[in-house]
Amino acid sequence: MKSAQVKWKEYASDQEVRWCPGCGDYAILKAVQQAFADLGLSKEKVVIVSGIGCSSRFPYYMATYGFHTIHGRAPAIATGVKLANPELSVWVITGDGDGLSIGGNHLLHACRRNVDLKVILFNNRIYGLTKGQYSPTSVVGTKSKSSPFGSIDSPINPILFALSAGASFVARSVDIFQKHLKSMLVEAGRHKGLAFIEVYQNCIIFNDGTFSDVTSKEGKRKRVLWLEDDYPLTFDEDDSKALTFDSDLMDLKVTDDKDKALVWNSDGRYDIFAYKLAQIDNPTAFGIFRKICRPTYEELVREQIFALQKRKGGKPTLSELFNSGERWRVLGDGVIKKLVR
Amino acid sequence: MKEAKREVVIRFAGDSGDGIQLAGTKFTEASAFAGNDFSTFPDYPAEIRAPAGTIAGVSAFQIRIADHDIHTPGDQPEVLVVMNPAALKKNLLDLAKGGIIIANTYEFTPRNLKKAGFDSNPLEDGSLEGYRVIAVDITSMTREALKDLPLDTRSKDRCKNFFALGICYWMFTRPLEPTINWIRKKFANRPEIAEANVKALKSGYNFADISEIFDARYEIRGATDLEPGEYRVVNGNHSLAMGLIAACEKAGVSLCYCSYPITPASDILHFLASMKNYGVITFQAEDEIAAVCAAIGASYAGSMGVCGTSGPGLALKMEAIGLAVMAELPLIVIDVQRAGPSTGMPTKMEQSDLLQALFGRNGEAPVVVIAPSSPSNAFDIAYKAVEIALRYMVPVIILSDGYLANNAEPWLIPREDTLPDIKVETFEGNGKFYPYIRDEKTLARPRVIPGTPGLEHRIGGLEKEDITGNISYDPLNHEKMVRLRAEKVERVQDIIPPIEVDGEDEGDLLVLGWGSSEGAIIGGVNMVRREGYTVSRAHLNYLNPFPPNLKELLSRFKRVLIPENNRGQLSLLIKGNFNANVVTYSKVQGKPFFRMEIYRKLKELLNEECAG
Ligand code: SF4
Repeated sequence: MKSAQVKWKEYASDQEVRWCPGCGDYAILKAVQQAFADLGLSKEKVVIVSGIGCSSRFPYYMATYGFHTIHGRAPAIATGVKLANPELSVWVITGDGDGLSIGGNHLLHACRRNVDLKVILFNNRIYGLTKGQYSPTSVVGTKSKSSPFGSIDSPINPILFALSAGASFVARSVDIFQKHLKSMLVEAGRHKGLAFIEVYQNCIIFNDGTFSDVTSKEGKRKRVLWLEDDYPLTFDEDDSKALTFDSDLMDLKVTDDKDKALVWNSDGRYDIFAYKLAQIDNPTAFGIFRKICRPTYEELVREQIFALQKRKGGKPTLSELFNSGERWRVLGDGVIKKLVR
Repeated sequence: MKEAKREVVIRFAGDSGDGIQLAGTKFTEASAFAGNDFSTFPDYPAEIRAPAGTIAGVSAFQIRIADHDIHTPGDQPEVLVVMNPAALKKNLLDLAKGGIIIANTYEFTPRNLKKAGFDSNPLEDGSLEGYRVIAVDITSMTREALKDLPLDTRSKDRCKNFFALGICYWMFTRPLEPTINWIRKKFANRPEIAEANVKALKSGYNFADISEIFDARYEIRGATDLEPGEYRVVNGNHSLAMGLIAACEKAGVSLCYCSYPITPASDILHFLASMKNYGVITFQAEDEIAAVCAAIGASYAGSMGVCGTSGPGLALKMEAIGLAVMAELPLIVIDVQRAGPSTGMPTKMEQSDLLQALFGRNGEAPVVVIAPSSPSNAFDIAYKAVEIALRYMVPVIILSDGYLANNAEPWLIPREDTLPDIKVETFEGNGKFYPYIRDEKTLARPRVIPGTPGLEHRIGGLEKEDITGNISYDPLNHEKMVRLRAEKVERVQDIIPPIEVDGEDEGDLLVLGWGSSEGAIIGGVNMVRREGYTVSRAHLNYLNPFPPNLKELLSRFKRVLIPENNRGQLSLLIKGNFNANVVTYSKVQGKPFFRMEIYRKLKELLNEECAG
């Protein structure tokens, strides 16, 4: 395939990248370019749709088709793109404010409809572009310009949101976990249906280190739990700890007994654990929470059209449209009219 | 004895369950086959399941039939058919003085009278003096007529609308065949029901024929001034929908209709959702904003993205429409206007979104605004909207309203091969590509469909540098782009028809209307003309840009009367743009203008002139 020859650097546009030096967005941009190269996507087949926020500048830096839209509405616009042309590979770039605050409704509905979109949510737990207000994912007590005494809103959990909304692919990664991030993006790209990827992204200016409990050297070693199909849910030094199911509490529990570890699978059979895994932070799970197969929205839309056309003997002409219903003919002087059959 | 009448207005009214809309529709068809011109208007109850027998549950259908070309469903009914006391209570005030009331006495029980708010039976207490009351026990007579049929009483009672219809067919000399044929076809699988309805219809007809209480019978001859050709009935909503399908077919784009349910626009969504075999994609979005955004996305990806809404929905869509202005993408937004502000009166019409459509966005964000003036015209307007949106890469707002949406009239069926060719080529070019390079004539930027190799580019809501489309904060570039976007809309003048004058080319008084008021204005103007007055008339379908010759036209009249169902929004635009002496005639009651109102206003102005 010719398209497979696109090198990752060729996905970069000629525009100068303008995020703050040290921003996590750079790493995500590179991972996306590398994933596209792995996926062998031809540039003209890709449309990147974004909303508003630091991350939403993303399309300008890609040499594909791109649409930088308005705050929160990228999933709705991307849905329209997919409805019109299901052949395109459509990626939505959004952030915690864009996707979960102003645009929460659209993201919810894109997930439940299973539109074939790849949604990358850059979660930095802060409003960066508007210069530092707490966001819907900020932890309680976050001190920001609009919450000088600490935020009091209970934060939303993006993975839990996507699982509940019915996304058919749900994953989490981190900006600086380059290899893992790329592999998640490749998996998402191969998935048919709505793929939701939460990426922990460091905003070095307004919320530096908000994810240090997992991104610090020690954090990564002790707290990160990798979700891999058919592998046990173990973590910490030498996989010394494991997650097991406590049937009394009906909950996941940390244990030192590795033999009791649950063996993970994202195909939906342990969906109930996916919800549990989304809610615990020690360990914090990274990888694919859910990957199930169900028909995409745009497929179903077209199926109905084709089924009806088949049943009615093909696409009718405009004359058939105009002539539906009772008709009559006005003749010459207008007095005599007849039923048209 | 048949009395010849040039026209008549009849209103059928009854409980929602009485089959009033069906009776009205069948009367309409029979009138079509009798050769009349006609115009109809249904009035559905606002509440979905109002209790039976209450005023809130009354459903009505008005039809005006004539032996000549007419344009409105009539100001006041002259004949009122009521199936219960509530229907009488709700509609009596509208009935013309001396009008005929045909009432189903069976339902005028103490209980029903009370539900309708009558203290005593108006059929008996003399309160209907001045009207001609024809009291008929329609229910019992229907039962009697169907007594030999193997149906339960409930099913028999369902046929009473056809008995009432039979009476009206006799009174107004309508042919029975079209309705009988329809019934037989409709109930082909249930012959006993078909038989019952046919029998009820014929019995009503025969009863009126032999009973002495019907002392008058009317004949309305076929209209002689209708253009020959094939006709069918359309209302404003369906006409718009068919215009969209036809235009997209002719433009070679797929139609993607994205909408969120809202009264009175939902019917367009329903109609198009059932037209999937034409390749129409319909998308019921999660909200008004998502609907317009999906339409924008669809347009961007090569379809014709369209959404339908009403005033509150238009308000929600404004930011996104601004994006389509900035990104220079085709988009059509249909606003079926209703009485506002806020939720207002959802089932009632108004023309009060004109300024919202023109100016309701942040920044300098001009769009094309057009308005159909009749149900038939709605087809042409939708067709034109598609052409403008694609050719100029610009959003178009179509302003219909709740009256036009439901008003129905005969429609001269267009021939597929005579529809104008509106194909707009997409850009596939080669060499260096610039997304904001412009067509010299239209100023449109190239329409590039994602998926085209070599033309990958980025667009968005941030200000663009002319030609390259790169983000730009350059002050002079911004001013240039603001002017370019406005000029692009102005240039749409090149493909819209000039406004025509009905009557003298110059004079003392011009009536200038826009949108759905055309029928009433024509009616009012014709009435004063018959009295020997001279008045000219012109109607605007294009509100932004205005037709190129509007300025010159206005300069030829001393005064311009602008009737509108708002507080003077078009007047404000005309005064602001042209040096015209404007008299505003404002009506904001949730109802369209009556011919008589226009007539009286014209007389008032014309007599002033004589006096002055
Ligand atoms: S403000 Fe934060 S998120 Fe935005 S570009 Fe700068 S570092 Fe990145």
